Amino acid sequence: MKKKKELSLNTLYRIFIYVVLITLAISIIVPVGWVFVASIKENSEFYGSPWTMPKGFYFQNFIDAFEKANMGAYFMNSVIVTALALVILLVVALPAAYVLARYRFWGSKLINTLFMGGLFINVNYIVVPIFLMFVDADTLIRKIGGDGFFLNNLFVVALVYAATALPFTIYLLSGFFVTIPRDYEEAAYVDGSGYFRTMIKIMMPMAMPSIITVILFNFLSFWNEYVISMTLLTKDAKTLPVGLMNLMQAQRAAANYGQLYAGLVIVMLPTLILYIMVQKKLTQGMSLGGLKG
Amino acid sequence: MSVKKSKARSVFIGVCVIPAVVLFVIFMLVPTFNVFKMSMYKWGGFSNSKTFVGLENFKTLMADSNFFRSFQNTVLLVVCVTVVTMALSLIFAAIISREKIKGENFFRIIFYIPNILSVVVISAIFSAIYDPTSGLLNSILGIFRGSDNPILWLGDQKIVIYSLVIAMIWQAIGYYMVMYMASMASVPESLYESADMEGAGKIQQFFSITLPLIWTNIRTTLTFFIISSINLSFQFVKVLTSGGPDGSTEVFLSYMYKQAYTNSSYGYGMAIGVVVFLFSFALSALVNFVTKREPLEF
Repeated sequence: MKKKKELSLNTLYRIFIYVVLITLAISIIVPVGWVFVASIKENSEFYGSPWTMPKGFYFQNFIDAFEKANMGAYFMNSVIVTALALVILLVVALPAAYVLARYRFWGSKLINTLFMGGLFINVNYIVVPIFLMFVDADTLIRKIGGDGFFLNNLFVVALVYAATALPFTIYLLSGFFVTIPRDYEEAAYVDGSGYFRTMIKIMMPMAMPSIITVILFNFLSFWNEYVISMTLLTKDAKTLPVGLMNLMQAQRAAANYGQLYAGLVIVMLPTLILYIMVQKKLTQGMSLGGLKG
Repeated sequence: MSVKKSKARSVFIGVCVIPAVVLFVIFMLVPTFNVFKMSMYKWGGFSNSKTFVGLENFKTLMADSNFFRSFQNTVLLVVCVTVVTMALSLIFAAIISREKIKGENFFRIIFYIPNILSVVVISAIFSAIYDPTSGLLNSILGIFRGSDNPILWLGDQKIVIYSLVIAMIWQAIGYYMVMYMASMASVPESLYESADMEGAGKIQQFFSITLPLIWTNIRTTLTFFIISSINLSFQFVKVLTSGGPDGSTEVFLSYMYKQAYTNSSYGYGMAIGVVVFLFSFALSALVNFVTKREPLEF
């Protein structure tokens, strides 16, 4: 008799757990899915209940978002900035992380401490001085007779992204390089391989899993970033999240819902596709990082 | 080591490290230094009238009621978001990793989704949810309470801050859950087996096995979570409410931003930045101190 009662209590507990988990899952799936559905609705369908299914597939929203709201151009800007920033970051951070993990030299301790401290510096604080630094530099260039260079320059934005991602990336990569036994390098040196060759041909391939994790995390943060790009790109060249913010503001005035949700899909879709492709890697890589700005 | 070899080593080290150090110094170290320096100047931005005023900006700040309001809002946001997110993500992580849940992987994948979305995207989604007339939330609530006086989730000064809290919890919970699941997976199964034999219940197991054994991980994440909530609250406020209605959701950094750009008082804005900087350091040191326990080994 007692056994039966325990069993039913246990079943109740399990049902309760599933109800809670499913509720949480629904609270995530429904809003995100709703945006996708809303993005193919016609503007007139937005009056009344938000739960009605779309009457048809109104693709014009996407065309409008791309052309009228400039999301196509912003998309290209985001691609350029994200790709450039990733390339700069990897070229700069990989060798630095390797050397800092492996070699002791004059000042190596100080540099390690600096980068560790950098983990605590948040972009939101320093974006104002960075902006003013570029304003000053541009004024200087104009005085000499050139044209403004630093503000409204996609390359400069990419450079700032890469620089602000350095502490986290170097921390993650060094953590990996420290764990590789020195035997590999010593064998390479005995074979007459130089420092650069050893690093590029032997160490980098071994670090591939960590490099992929680094690329994933930084891709997401660069693609989604908006504070820096909003500050440094003040004219027409915007990145997607900033363009989306403009769409949100425009929508408040003109009630162009379809365009807004099409824009949302355009921003979300690349990250969602990437996530579905690599979700195992991403959730595993987390135990490596353990922190996030 | 021969002279030639040692020279090659120096060149190698230099080529590898110098670019990273240069970038770091120009774009992180110098700007951080400038935040502190500028906080002691009265500076109207583009005009070149920089005057050194010492701690004058900080004195003004102490008497600024708007700043104190942003202080209160920030503390309220950070406390609510931290407590709820930490508690829920720990409980869910414990459930999923202890019980044999069907579709564990499915839940893991779904719960992590908010973390890969931009704050702008999440804010846009939540303004669709919170819309007073055609929003998802009010249309569901309308079934129970009618649609005559809709709740103004983003328009009511008393409610809006909790609307922000919900959005921030929504975006953070999955990330921390997945992280705690990873650290709970390293707790040896044998401990739970012997606890089962001794007749310890699930809740007791959670408090006397799971929590103590991943305590180091919880401490680290807690510290970083508090700092990142202060920063994230700014990013949410900027898109979702821009501090409104009537300053009821103004937080530390949104107020700093407003002073620096809208008001063009860069010096004053940076003084706010310095205070926030010191505040978040003090807060994480405090949390670190309060949560200190003898680390348990397993």
